[in-house]
Formats: sequence, structure tokens, C-alpha cells
Amino acid sequence: MDLKELYRDVILDHNRSPRNFGRLEPADAAATGRNPLCGDTLDVTVRFDGDRIADLKFEGQGCAISMASASLMSEAVKGRPRAEIERLFEQIHGVITGREPADAQALGKLAALGGVSEFPARVKCASLCWHTLQAAMADRHTPVSTE
Amino acid sequence: MNANPAMLTPQYDVERVRAQFPILSQTIHGRPLVYLDSAASSQRPLAVLRAVEHYETTMHANVHRGVHTLSQWATDAFERSRETVRRFINARSTREIVFVRGTTEAINLVANSWGRGHLRPGDEILITHLEHHANIVPWQMVCAATGATLRAAPLTADGGVELESLERLMGERTRLVAIAHVSNALGTVLPVQAIVRSAHARGIPVLVDGAQAVPHATVDVRALDCDFYAFSGHKVYGPTGIGVLYGRESLLQAMPPWQGGGEMILSVSIESSTYNELPAKFEAGTPNISGAVGLGAALEFVEGLGREAIAAHEHRLLELASAGLAAVPGVRLVGTAPGKAAVVSFTMDGVHPHDIGTILDSEGVAIRTGHHCAMPVMQYYGLPATARASFGCYSNAADVERLVAAVRQVRELFA
Repeated sequence: MDLKELYRDVILDHNRSPRNFGRLEPADAAATGRNPLCGDTLDVTVRFDGDRIADLKFEGQGCAISMASASLMSEAVKGRPRAEIERLFEQIHGVITGREPADAQALGKLAALGGVSEFPARVKCASLCWHTLQAAMADRHTPVSTE
Repeated sequence: MNANPAMLTPQYDVERVRAQFPILSQTIHGRPLVYLDSAASSQRPLAVLRAVEHYETTMHANVHRGVHTLSQWATDAFERSRETVRRFINARSTREIVFVRGTTEAINLVANSWGRGHLRPGDEILITHLEHHANIVPWQMVCAATGATLRAAPLTADGGVELESLERLMGERTRLVAIAHVSNALGTVLPVQAIVRSAHARGIPVLVDGAQAVPHATVDVRALDCDFYAFSGHKVYGPTGIGVLYGRESLLQAMPPWQGGGEMILSVSIESSTYNELPAKFEAGTPNISGAVGLGAALEFVEGLGREAIAAHEHRLLELASAGLAAVPGVRLVGTAPGKAAVVSFTMDGVHPHDIGTILDSEGVAIRTGHHCAMPVMQYYGLPATARASFGCYSNAADVERLVAAVRQVRELFA
């Protein structure tokens, strides 16, 4: 079990200074995610440009994995169309649960989340922001939960 | 391996205690296990494991039912454990000892059986801000069903509850005071005896959630004079799925059954039933017999070590851990009320408790992180979560050293 695999420099950096932290006002869509196990919450606000995410911000409290995952996600999804974001989430989910290898070519900086697969208790931390973004894109107003 | 003589005291030989807990002798991620999560669930000594095995391999049958020999043995073993529980908490009679699944079920039993019969719209239940969810949610549910209101006494800055702040909220309409004996999140010990005296002076009965107190202190329900006392087997070195509701006999007699079924009846026709005597009235269905046997063995194990001796030992570790952790840069202890039980809750600047928990686990150190099922406590301190190390009879000074060293590593990784 190698902690450095989990807490890679990219993760520590995005935890220390999260990108796109805050709230878009006005926003086209918003959702709240909760991880009842830890009591963490995450708010995602989104602006669309047609089918694409034009802008996204997130705010909340969480561990280094959930903060860094949200920060990396916010960078990765901007400018992308919905269908591509859904596919990206599929890929990320495969990587953090260890079903698929982290392909740095396809995932870019998101590949840094690959270390999570060694720590099953932390998968929910890494996926909370993605579930919350999905809810925002579906314009669901009830908070999503990782339970 | 030679034990460090400095760690031995004439009263308490922790290495001999540790030898009774086989689970502690393994390694986790290549490091010897340091188990500091006893407040969530304690480990079980050989005496408990063997008592359960002996019961299961030689005497299991259903209780209070058969004329055959095994049924009689099982009934005797089950009822012997009830007597052990009675003695352990100094209840007057075994009629006051109801076996349940755990503290949560005990409180739900009182909320449903006593609460639904006694609460009217406008009545109040009084709790505190440091309760475990098990002593909050059942009252919210019974309040929603009856129109009663739940009120909560505030905390002090160090995580205590002052008698006066409870007294200010005891009013004409207060029907029950329900309080923790020891806070699971912070280790604070409440002045239960004084609270009971004050509530009784106003004619208000008191329920005590003793889940965290029974492993750490001598509990005497007659000295406390409380009306209900709830605790779980698995926090006092017994099995999971077994716990106890102590209730003052006159109160239990007047309460209707909560669950219906076998065991709790004297006779049944399709039109109506006659309920059994105490405590069977509250024990519908086949109980957790081997769990009760294990709990009896656990309480005897604790009596053998001596409750005062365990408490003194844990207190020394608490002082060591508090001093060691407070000396780590950025660490803040949460809950520092005087005389608290062996629980240290803490945070570290810039590091979420879950990251602390993962890093400690990689060093073989098991602690709890999160809200500890006490979200109002976290809200009071404005924290999403804390890291919590909790000690048991088998914890030793080496555990504390490993804890502090691992927390220092967290600091380095997140520097």
C-alpha cells in the first residue's frame, strides 16, 4: 500500500489550491452532492453553451481526494459536450474502481486519480463530484448521495 | 518478546490483557495492528469467544420453550447472563433487565412503548447537543407521531454540558430527560447523578444512553437513580447484536409491549392476548441467546480486570495521547472537558480527517474519522468531521506512540 500513489503531487496541489472553486451566479443548472459517511457536501453550478458545458464551479468541504477530484473534473469538462462528459465519467469510474488501467493519454491529469483504486474506502470521495455533475446536467434538484 | 518494565504497573498488566485478544496480534499493511477504535466497537477476549463457542457446541436450543434438556441448558445460560448483567449494573431485579439488540433498540423501545403512551401535543423531551443519533432520532420520530417537541441543552466550549443549562430547559411540559452518560464523539462525562436528582425533583424520569460509559466506568443504576439505562454488548468486549435496556420495574410494568410475537405472551386467541411478565413482555421472538451468553462472559471478564483499574489505565493513556497529539503542529483537540473518558477527538489544519484516517491505516493504526453519528456535535464546533482515537482495556503506551508518530507523518505528507 503506497500512500504516494494515492496522494500524488497533482492531487496534493489541487487540494491545496482547487481550481474553479466557488459558485456561478446565475447558473443554468445546480446540484448538491452528499457523502453521508463523512458528512461532506459539494455544490456544483454549471452554465451551458448549447450542448456544451461553458463554465462550471464547485464549492464545499471534503477530503483531499474529493477536493482534488472536483478540481480536476472542473478543468476537464469545460467546453465538452454532454455525451463526452458521460463517457469520461464512465472511464474515470473504471479507473478509480480498478476495473480499467489509468490511461494518461486519454485522461490527462485525471489519470492521477488512478491511485484511488488501491483504497476502496475512498472511491466515493473521488466519485462524489461526478455524480453531482450528472445530477446537475439532468437538472435533478434533490441532493445526490453516494450511499 | 520481553515487556518493557516501565509499561507494567503492579495493578494492571496490559500485556497479559492483550494476550487475551487474538485479533490484536496481526499485522495490517505490514505493521502490527494498533486498534484505537474501541468506541465504535471493542474487540473480544478469548473468554467471550470460548463462552460463545461452548454454548453453540454443547447447549444451543430455543429458550423458555422446550421440556428437553438442551432447551433447559440454553434457558439457564441465557438467564445466568441476565443475572450477570443485573449484578454488573446493580439493578434490583432481573425483571428490570431486558435483552435487546443494542443501545439503539433499547432507546427505540422506550420511545415507542413509553413515549407513545405518555406524550401529548405540546409535551417536551429534553436531550443535549452531544447525543449520538441513537438518542436523537427515536425522539424525533415519536415527537412527529405525538405532537411533542424535542429540546436540546447546549454545549460548553470544552464539550461539556452544564447541569444549569439542562435545568433551564426543564419545564412544566418536560416529560422525559434523555442524556448520554459519556459522549461518543468527545468522551465528555455528564453529571448524570446530579441531572437525575434535578429532574426527579420536578417529577421527570431520566433515560441514560450508557453505550460509552459501561466500558469505562462503574455503572450503578441504583446510585445514579436513573429510570432507564441502555447499553450495547459490543462496546464492552461482548458480541454485536446484543444489548440491554434497564428499566425501573414500576415503569416497565406500566408500559405496553413494543413488539408482539412469541415469548412475550401468556395466552393468545384470535381476538386478544395476555402479555407475559417482565422482562419477557419486551422480548418478542427468539432472542440472541449466544450473544447474551457472550455478553455475560464479557462483563465477567471486565469484573475480573476491575473496572476502576481499567479506567485508571485508560486515563493514563488518554493523558499521554492528548499531550502527544497536542504537540504536533496544526493539531487541535476537540472536546477537553475535565474528567473525560478515553476518547481523543482531533483535527489538523489543512487536512481532512478522512485523509488522516487513510494515512494512519497505512501505518496499521485504526481510528474513526467522520461525524461519529453525532452531527449536532460537529455542527456546534463548525466542523464537518474529526479524527477520533479511542482506548480500551488492551490499549498500551506503544499504541499511543504509534498514533502520534503516524499523525506526524500526516503533517509531513501534507506540508
